[in-house]
Amino acid sequence: MNPVLRACGVTKVYGGTHALKGVDFAIAAGRVTALFGENGAGKSTLMKILAGIEQPTTGHIELDGTTVRPRSAREAADQGISIIHQELSLCPNLSVQDNLFLAREIRTRGIVDRAAQREATLAVLRRLEEDLDPDRLVGDLRLGQQQIVEIARALLQNARVLIMDEPTSALTAPEVAVLFRIIRELTTSGVAVVYISHHLDEALEIADDVAVLRDGNLVAAGAASEVTLGWIVRHMVGRDPDALFPYRETIVGAPVLSADRVVVADPHNPHRLAVNQVSLTLHEGEIVGVYGLMGSGRTELLETLAGRITPAAGTITLDGSPLGDAGIRRRIAEGIALVPEDRQRDGLVQSMSVGQNLSLAGLSRFVRNLLVTRSAEREAVERTITEVTIKTSGATAAIGSLSGGNQQKVVIGKALLTRPRVLLLDEPSRGVDVGAKADIFELMAAQARRGLSVLFATSEAEEALHIPDRLLVLARGVVVGEYRRGQITREELMSLSDGRVAAPAAQREPAL
Amino acid sequence: MTTQTTLPAKAGHDTATDSATKAHRMSLLNGLFELRAFIALAVLVVVFSLLSDSFLTVTNLITMTKHVAINAIIALGMLLVILKGGIDLSVGSVVGLSGVVAGELLQGLRLGFLDTIAYPPVWAVIVLCVAVGMLVGLVNGVLITRFRVAPFIATLGMLYVARGLALLISNGTTYPRLAGSPELGNTGFGFLGSGRPLGLPTSIWLMAILAAAVALVLIKSPFGRWLYATGGNDRAAELSGVPVRRVKTIVYVVAGGCAAVAGLIIASELTSAAPQAGETYELNAIAAVVIGGAALSGGRGTVRGTLVGAFVIGFLADGLVLLGVSTFWQILIKGAVIVLAVMLDQGQQRFQRRQGALASAAAATKTPSV
Repeated sequence: MNPVLRACGVTKVYGGTHALKGVDFAIAAGRVTALFGENGAGKSTLMKILAGIEQPTTGHIELDGTTVRPRSAREAADQGISIIHQELSLCPNLSVQDNLFLAREIRTRGIVDRAAQREATLAVLRRLEEDLDPDRLVGDLRLGQQQIVEIARALLQNARVLIMDEPTSALTAPEVAVLFRIIRELTTSGVAVVYISHHLDEALEIADDVAVLRDGNLVAAGAASEVTLGWIVRHMVGRDPDALFPYRETIVGAPVLSADRVVVADPHNPHRLAVNQVSLTLHEGEIVGVYGLMGSGRTELLETLAGRITPAAGTITLDGSPLGDAGIRRRIAEGIALVPEDRQRDGLVQSMSVGQNLSLAGLSRFVRNLLVTRSAEREAVERTITEVTIKTSGATAAIGSLSGGNQQKVVIGKALLTRPRVLLLDEPSRGVDVGAKADIFELMAAQARRGLSVLFATSEAEEALHIPDRLLVLARGVVVGEYRRGQITREELMSLSDGRVAAPAAQREPAL
Repeated sequence: MTTQTTLPAKAGHDTATDSATKAHRMSLLNGLFELRAFIALAVLVVVFSLLSDSFLTVTNLITMTKHVAINAIIALGMLLVILKGGIDLSVGSVVGLSGVVAGELLQGLRLGFLDTIAYPPVWAVIVLCVAVGMLVGLVNGVLITRFRVAPFIATLGMLYVARGLALLISNGTTYPRLAGSPELGNTGFGFLGSGRPLGLPTSIWLMAILAAAVALVLIKSPFGRWLYATGGNDRAAELSGVPVRRVKTIVYVVAGGCAAVAGLIIASELTSAAPQAGETYELNAIAAVVIGGAALSGGRGTVRGTLVGAFVIGFLADGLVLLGVSTFWQILIKGAVIVLAVMLDQGQQRFQRRQGALASAAAATKTPSV
């Protein structure tokens, strides 16, 4: 194998988080390399380093055998390395054409040649079989179309190495077919493609080579023809999946929180419902899972229960009495605590210490005579650090000095410090290493044993199948199935929740 | 028992002590960084006392501190706003408005419907003026939290509105003779500007009391914690049950109140109130907060730092006057000092982050760092 692009001993540290721990990774010309790994395994970080967006903390990358140090995406693109981002990196206020040629404008005597740009734009869109007006604002396009624009931009750069990080997450099935045909055209002409997708079977289908990342290490690599889905999953998880999810006896108590036909409008699209007529009941001592992909409405559902979003219709009751329009603050006081999905954006205050983050939501417990009693606060914080097993030098340590898993434990600890009766967790295992993942699941189980009702949302099938006593499958804001543990297989779950496959007629069965 | 046992076994004795001295040097450097505002103040005092005999005298220090107090009181309110991640450009105008309202009230309030003129006592004048300042702050807060106007724009608007009000009320003229008269029962306003309880000017006492109160709130009260959290990450704060909107509104109300107090002090010192008083004072207050190490992005800053920042600006200005440096140079030097302070601040943060990342990377790969 003759690699075009190679990462040599690459490490990357963000604050105290080790995203990559000395990775060697090579990509061959004319082949598609699929990169697998769980959330937080370091896939996106590695790709950002290859594409010049991030610089490695140590290690280097080689292009055709010579060391290169691209310091920006622009420099990498000039050397022939292009990336299609997981998070779209388009300017919504500019037109399709302006986005495609941003910082690469076609110029005649210093003036932007809009006619030439328009022609090139139409040509590339024709190639992608997408009928779009080059002058439309990107912000007016639907997500899938924006993704096509992103792909078109990479194609225009005539890259030798093309990195695709979750390129199909918002595409329809015909659009995916077109994309695959174009990937094949590209590889035939010698382009090296790196492909990352959560849809494992889809990625395996297009791949020539596969590589698996786990906890920032490259743990396995091989030819796609010689590996199976099972082999990939085993290397992704790193151990027998069952060991991660120990069996748990549940004693289900009285109902605590229930939602009745809750409807939530999509804040980004008024014609769409994020959550559509969802009803559920949580009992004491029970762990309920909500399985859903991005855009399924899982986050909106949890945020509605937590009081951040006001539902358009439906009622939410705690111990039989309606919560009405009680906001987050009141609901925390009533015993509902949320661990949000994006801990950096919604969970942590980076400028405060570990201890101050932990006590933030439960601060009112320590107030005497209008002031915070430091001793009581410190005691509760120390107890929580032990209880949720946060590895830190102390309560005064900076949040940034903690690893991703320990940061997540701080967010969970913060919720537990409010002494909740209902614990809502949105993707609690996202971006944490396997060890912390096991700790978090054990923590959830321990809280359930103490009588809390735990509701957690996940997009990882393995978690959905093994952790909850009861699983709701959410697709496009609708509950399309409800199962007890062991009642549904991985394959059924995937096909049921996949936004692209038309959801089958509701096959709900009463769970209790 | 030593913490060095946790180092990788590979590291020999020499490297261990090496890294220990290095770490020591780093923490020393860090400490110097943290104290930079104090150091700057100390340097100013030393340099000016060498260049001028009259700088380091009790009289001069008290005079200078009186000047500092006005800016420091405004800056305390500004600190709260900046901790929230906002900015308040209207405080200078509130200084003027507050003085004018005091002037109007002390000259006598014409009550048309009763056909009389009311002369409220001084304590009522003070309360009303502070209330006016807080009201301007409340308008700022409501514009920002309810109507989602950017803080810069909302307070820029109120900068003009408050100044316009001051000019309208006063009809553009200065109120002279605010001393009041005994037969009207409204004497004593001069106390704020020229009183000397326990030998120190009232304004210095006010600065000290307000600083202590703000520090107490920031360090000990739940509100202080809420404010730091809101400034650091308002989404996380909101999801933790912090009443983010209320916090955001209150800081503007306090900033308006502080500015009104400063306006009263100025009017009292001069025993007259001009509608133009306090122009560009908002910039001095922002400068003091920033020199004191607060981040304009919010979540970081202390009362101590802000006070030191106010002293640096005040002593610098008065010291240059004492040396007879031209006003034009004074302005230029003040600007340079502000930019320098922020550059140092950025340098410190980058330095700390890099130290953390490198140490962490070295520990993860278990290879000696280069």
